[in-house]
Amino acid sequence: MSGQPLLRVRDLVVEFSTEHGVVRAVDRVSFDVFPNETLGLVGESGCGKTVTGLSILGLIPSPPGRIAGGSIQLDGRELVGLSESEFRRIRGRDVAMIFQEPMTALNPVFTIGSQMTDVLRRYKGLTRRQARAAAIELLAKVGIPAPDRRIDEYPHQLSGGMRQRVVIAMALSCGPKLIVADEPTTALDVTTQAQVLEQIVKLQQEFRMSMILVTHDLGVVAETCHRAIVMYCGRIAEKAEIGPLFGAPRHPYTVGLLESIPRVGVHEKEDLAVIPGMVPDLLHLPRGCRFADRCSRRQARCEEALPELDGDDESVTRVACFHPYERMS
Amino acid sequence: MTALLEIRNLQKHFPVRGGFLRRVVAQVKAVDGVSFKLEFGKTLGLVGESGCGKSTLGRAILQLQKPTGGQVILEGEDLTAASPARLLEMRREMQIIFQDPFASLSPRRTVAQTIREPLEVHHIGTPAERNRKVEELLQVVGMRSNVLDRYPHEFSGGQRQRIGIARALALNPKLIIADEPVSALDVSVRAQVLNLIAGLQREHGIAFLFISHDLSVVEHVSDHVGVMYLGKMVELAPAKEIYRDPRHPYTQALLSAVPVPDPKRKSKRIVLTGDVPSPMNPPPGCPFHKRCPKVMDVCSKVVPPVVDVGSADKPHRVACHLHS
Repeated sequence: MSGQPLLRVRDLVVEFSTEHGVVRAVDRVSFDVFPNETLGLVGESGCGKTVTGLSILGLIPSPPGRIAGGSIQLDGRELVGLSESEFRRIRGRDVAMIFQEPMTALNPVFTIGSQMTDVLRRYKGLTRRQARAAAIELLAKVGIPAPDRRIDEYPHQLSGGMRQRVVIAMALSCGPKLIVADEPTTALDVTTQAQVLEQIVKLQQEFRMSMILVTHDLGVVAETCHRAIVMYCGRIAEKAEIGPLFGAPRHPYTVGLLESIPRVGVHEKEDLAVIPGMVPDLLHLPRGCRFADRCSRRQARCEEALPELDGDDESVTRVACFHPYERMS
Repeated sequence: MTALLEIRNLQKHFPVRGGFLRRVVAQVKAVDGVSFKLEFGKTLGLVGESGCGKSTLGRAILQLQKPTGGQVILEGEDLTAASPARLLEMRREMQIIFQDPFASLSPRRTVAQTIREPLEVHHIGTPAERNRKVEELLQVVGMRSNVLDRYPHEFSGGQRQRIGIARALALNPKLIIADEPVSALDVSVRAQVLNLIAGLQREHGIAFLFISHDLSVVEHVSDHVGVMYLGKMVELAPAKEIYRDPRHPYTQALLSAVPVPDPKRKSKRIVLTGDVPSPMNPPPGCPFHKRCPKVMDVCSKVVPPVVDVGSADKPHRVACHLHS
């Protein structure tokens, strides 16, 4: 974590209008992504992690959604407010996205080769033959056996893990500076997930890219990310490097999450620690801290005021809580 | 002591039809010769990756899908030979909880109707008694009785799963088959539902067959764990043993592949190559030999027999040539 950030997100607000009113899915979220860094965005469904990822690529469906405030700067260039055609020049070349379900990212009626070479020819100006050679090389890089044969197959002929590798190869094809990966291994089986995660970490180092990894799985975060942001109800609860986040979590929500996961190799047929209650409805948010009514450290102030992150400097753990757990010294 | 449930060499093969005359051209061996016992009040966890046959096994036990071979013995009675009327009676003893709490509840029925239905099907109690039972069940799963007249869409995933559990409990079953009961739930809610299931077992002595792809969840809830691969049970042992000392190379790889939420633990990961083969034409010999890091010549030729490598009080069954 050094030098200038590649991506700088400040006070991002994303709203969706629904039948019942305006929902603020992301509420004043700020973070940096540094070169060659993998940043995890973790949280449960509806916490705003995916919407945050999508807004970086200008992929918030509008209407009903809109970026209602804040700024997203990539290499110093403001992305909020760009037109669709301007975004199209950035997507793929500067920022690429990997989605959860590879079948939705691939077109079922074209071969893998034709989908990959399309991109390479348009963005990199390669000839048909050069593009094919480059595509085969990329497929080999992501660990697809016999890439010169696989390139002429259709998506349905590949297994889930292979498809996700193809999607990763496509995301890499124009050498983006930043990849946003939204639950890239959630649809895969554990052994396949292990293969794909290993590949992602290797490629991230080899291509010297930055990555935002959106996931609900704290295990995946611990194994692949350098830093992570824990989100709750559209806001950042805690922002920390991986060591302190897992070794000395400070936000009661982070602590609760970590305690409620059963772990392999720790066999105790006892009750798990539980975070009581449920995530509040985004349409009827409490006035104070959004975690207050589930929190064991709640005090009067938590129900009155909304806690902000306790500072901007990202070199130490930042937490949005009035009564966080102590920092480890 | 006789077991509550005994499965002997259970098979469920699905025919694959093809060609002009729709002849049977192949068999998908979804469950292929699985045997185990489940004691009263205990939990057997079944793990494996998608397509290994674990869900089909659960359905074949309940006779929701008729097994094509083998026996399912519940309290000494073979379900595969039971008449439809007898089967209906025996279904009181065994219930199922499904994975998707959004698909397993009828959107047109209120909570009360949903939970009352099994009582009506089996003609248990008077209408007033049924209503009392429904309220009691809601309390057991930790919901208030003011939800009785509400519809499933008004509830979150965790609450719906509680409703599904209440329905499964209505007949006081001895066995509940839970097919990925917490996979659709968020972490914080998942812990609540797992604790509920553990509490039910303690208080009511219900045996669970807990089917899941999540090894850490299975370890947490189970007394014994069975690992399935391509329709076969490759390893079966007490939960503690299987995690402490996995014997089958597939179990070892599966366990090492689970991401651990502890950045300090740099585990030695066994990364398998290739994908699970199609159950339509599984490889000859050991079903795992094409991906096995310890493969030997014999593995591609002979199906490994199941051997017990444990002790008398801790049986540990494994189907691998390394141990035979």
